[in-house]
Amino acid sequence: MDWDIVIGIETHVQLKTNTKQFSGASTKYGSEPNSQACLVSMAYPGVLPVLNKESVNSAIRFGLAIDAEISPRSIFARKNYFYPDLPKGYQISQFELPIVGRGKLSIDIDGQPKDVRILRAHLEEDAGKSSHGVIEGKSGIDLNRAGTPLLEIVTEPDLSSAEEAVIYAKKLHNLVQWIGICDGNMQEGSFRCDVNVSVKRKGASELGTRREIKNLNSFRFIKQAVDYEVNWQIERLEDGGRIEQATILFNPESGETKSMRSKEEANDYRYFPDPDLLPLIITDKDIEKIKKIMPELPEEMKTRFEKDLGLSGYDAKGITSSRDVTKYFLELIDLGANAKLAANWVLGNLFSQLNNKDIDILDSPISPSQLSSLINRIEDGTISNNAAKKIFEILWGNTGKKVDQIIDDLGLKQISDSNEIDGIVDEVLKNNLTMVEEFKSGKEKAFNALIGQVMKASKGKANPAQVSSTLKEKLSK
Amino acid sequence: MSINKEEIKKVAHLARINVSKVEVDQVEKKLVGILALIEKMQEVNTESIEPMSHALDINQPLREDKVTAKDIRDKSLALAPHSEQSLFIVPQVIE
Amino acid sequence: MLNLSLKKLSQALEKKEFTSVELTQFFLNRVKKLNPSLNAFITVDEAKSMAMAEKSDQLIQAGKKTMLTGIPIAQKDIFCSEGWKTTCGSKMLENFISPYDSTVIHKFNDIGAVNLGKTNMDEFAMGSSNETSYFGPVRNPWDLNCVPGGSSGGSAAAVAARLAPAATGTDTGGSIRQPASLCGFTGLKPTYGLVSRYGMIAFASSLDQAGPMAISAEDCALMLDVMTGHDEKDSTSLDRKKENYSNFLDKKIDGLRIGIPKEFFEDGLNSDVQKVIQEALRQYEKLGAKIIDISLPNNHLAIPAYYVIAPAEASSNLSRYDGVRYGYRTKEYDDLMDMYFKTRQEGFGDEVKRRILIGTYVLSAGYFDAYYLKAQKIRRLISNDFKLAYEKCDIIMGPSAPSVAFKSGEKQEDPLAMYMQDIFTISTNLAGLPAMSIPAGFINELPVGLQLIGNHFEETKILNAAHIYQKNTDWHLKSPKGID
Repeated sequence: MDWDIVIGIETHVQLKTNTKQFSGASTKYGSEPNSQACLVSMAYPGVLPVLNKESVNSAIRFGLAIDAEISPRSIFARKNYFYPDLPKGYQISQFELPIVGRGKLSIDIDGQPKDVRILRAHLEEDAGKSSHGVIEGKSGIDLNRAGTPLLEIVTEPDLSSAEEAVIYAKKLHNLVQWIGICDGNMQEGSFRCDVNVSVKRKGASELGTRREIKNLNSFRFIKQAVDYEVNWQIERLEDGGRIEQATILFNPESGETKSMRSKEEANDYRYFPDPDLLPLIITDKDIEKIKKIMPELPEEMKTRFEKDLGLSGYDAKGITSSRDVTKYFLELIDLGANAKLAANWVLGNLFSQLNNKDIDILDSPISPSQLSSLINRIEDGTISNNAAKKIFEILWGNTGKKVDQIIDDLGLKQISDSNEIDGIVDEVLKNNLTMVEEFKSGKEKAFNALIGQVMKASKGKANPAQVSSTLKEKLSK
Repeated sequence: MSINKEEIKKVAHLARINVSKVEVDQVEKKLVGILALIEKMQEVNTESIEPMSHALDINQPLREDKVTAKDIRDKSLALAPHSEQSLFIVPQVIE
Repeated sequence: MLNLSLKKLSQALEKKEFTSVELTQFFLNRVKKLNPSLNAFITVDEAKSMAMAEKSDQLIQAGKKTMLTGIPIAQKDIFCSEGWKTTCGSKMLENFISPYDSTVIHKFNDIGAVNLGKTNMDEFAMGSSNETSYFGPVRNPWDLNCVPGGSSGGSAAAVAARLAPAATGTDTGGSIRQPASLCGFTGLKPTYGLVSRYGMIAFASSLDQAGPMAISAEDCALMLDVMTGHDEKDSTSLDRKKENYSNFLDKKIDGLRIGIPKEFFEDGLNSDVQKVIQEALRQYEKLGAKIIDISLPNNHLAIPAYYVIAPAEASSNLSRYDGVRYGYRTKEYDDLMDMYFKTRQEGFGDEVKRRILIGTYVLSAGYFDAYYLKAQKIRRLISNDFKLAYEKCDIIMGPSAPSVAFKSGEKQEDPLAMYMQDIFTISTNLAGLPAMSIPAGFINELPVGLQLIGNHFEETKILNAAHIYQKNTDWHLKSPKGID
């Protein structure tokens, strides 16, 4: 039996602000418990919320980035429920009129573009944290995170596989960092996805019942959780079972999803407009102001790199896959590196090393200035590609060393002097008459053997391209 | 519309307020009375009327993103019914 | 010191006829003597008040005196005051020492006024008789068997019995004006947003507004000068130029158009009260004002709409009292749920619980449109009625309360009868208008209040009309027997 998979994602993006959504308390991560829980974070009697300007600007940025309607008037509402890490007994969110309306994010599925429709994005606040077992049978509440600004981004159910879900999540993850509204730190919970999954018979028009996998904070978990959940749902339906709407948790250790014991048996959040907050009005002028300071978006930059720098589509996409990679790349270009070589080196050797060692490009042991000198030396013929790889290894291990110095120290400078190469080639031809004969009698292989001899005679330093052309020239005489 | 004991139970649960069996009759009687008073609203047609959430037609002001709050942890933990290791302690939260 | 207006007290302090320490001690002594029978105060802290008075005297010595410097003010126990117990009349906050100052308290502290103590009130400001307080009922100084009105009943009794020269109150549906009427003094609820709500414990956020309670309109104007002003900590605080509320007190009221809504004189109004109000209106005509008949056709829907909106907001506002971070927590509990349920059952009184239940109900799935949304639409209708009315008149007048002070316990078991106490005051909260109550006469030695309702931001207009009346009458100067 064939099944369609239908996936929608709600992402909680923690906004990169100094202070909380509704108070002047710091949002710094990892501080002493409750040291950033101000009067408002702790919901003291009488305290009131005042909205953070920066989170509004962040939401506008996001709206512009996904080509969405930005509501001229949006409303904050209270979502009422009891939980010890929710100090007010309600979360301030947006319900009927969110700040960002419909937009879209284009993702790349096997080279084909696909638009994922964004239904809405709204501002809200995070809850605190409960930790269990601090004291036997008790929970401890830390309200440092309570009130941290979030932008919740909700898609239409447009994704149709775990892979697509991950591609979307990665693309969104890049975008929110790119436009500077989120630090993207998934370990610290700055980017968390709730994934709605349902399945239906292939081609059926009616959607199946969905289950919502809560709080996935890694791309790997999204993949694993969705795969598991899809299989679970299909198996259940094929066994004649039914799917009940549910909120579920993914357990990374077992790789399984499991129903949560319900926070509130019958969820009835009793949303109503927060009387402590007034309508948020955003004018065209406000939007224009943000437009002016919006960075070039990844898509725009990708097209520009293809057109102006002659990068392949593949390379341009790789280079714009994250703002930090782009930044690194642009520094190489500024330092005079050849764009194509630079893209190759970043996406090739540098990426494979960074990935191997799980290092962020920001912390790359090889600085853009080192890599650019390396690339420049390749381009001006000073060193061969092989030598460059050797130097790259050395740079990786010894930060701070100069490329030119390594070339000198190890004598890696390639021989590009045509007189010198002429001399070596002549010498090799003289000493390998058999090979020359073989070549002349039509054995192409002999040519390569002769190149090998020249390289050997030059101790590997002769410029291979030059060797090849000199040999060809001399043999054709 | 009016309220019955079943609904009172549901609402009391949402509001996390115990209404004991002894109290429920009294509570029901009073809530039914209040709801009857509220019911008067249905006399008037409000179809095309814009709901009014705020007394004045003004807009939300925005706050500069600057840290202004003071660390009041010691004071606040001292006010808590139970705190240890800088945390507010409650019975185990079950997920 | 007794019966002196704020202006006179201020002048005397200025001229060093007495010090703030002496003045504060004088009123503290009165509190000591009379509070046991009135129960107007929840917290009196003589040492703290006297320390503030000493500081105020230093300010005066240093020539840094402003109008209310050194004057003791009774503060409703709804205003968070750093270092002071702030209970909001509830067991839930019985031992809550506020770690911060509300903006109102901050403003009084800032100019060197003295906090005389925290006054009793209906629990979380929900009540019209001050009988829902966890700290016991407040008694009316005019008749100890009667209620003082509510919810600012403690402040009301304190001002009426001259335990304090002036007090603060809050008004969500009439909680300043109704007790002012029942206790025979002047009380003003400003335009919504004029006084910051920061640190004022919330009952119904879109309706709550703090205001002054004092002997005269002139005193209220001076209090208002201190209390108003934009506050960045309150999103609903109005950002407008600060006014001087005493500026136009003496302006002639020739030709002032006074609108009389016919709905205020229909069912529910005690006929003796009606007579007193009509006499006051005749007085206004004598003073040159013109009486104009107007209509507020949706006024009868104000109470129904209010008893949806206020409980809805309250049910949510009071969710924070969960026994986790501060305040009351039940002694014994099995688990988290049990802790929540018992804490809230034991920590809240009956009226508060009733309103939480009603509020939860009207917001719950399936009822939101029929109740909450409907009430918000009616709120618009009521507000529109006032807009139309102010095209024809300058201020609106009528009774503040349907009757004089009633006997303690009389309406305690009948919430509906109690809710009718606010029949003339609630609509102005829904519309956010400024309104005041001034003494206009007596029925069987119990005071009757006249209500003056202004258009938005027209506090000066109602203060002016009230002041002119008070210059020509002496109802506001009468004080109950047995308090000297």
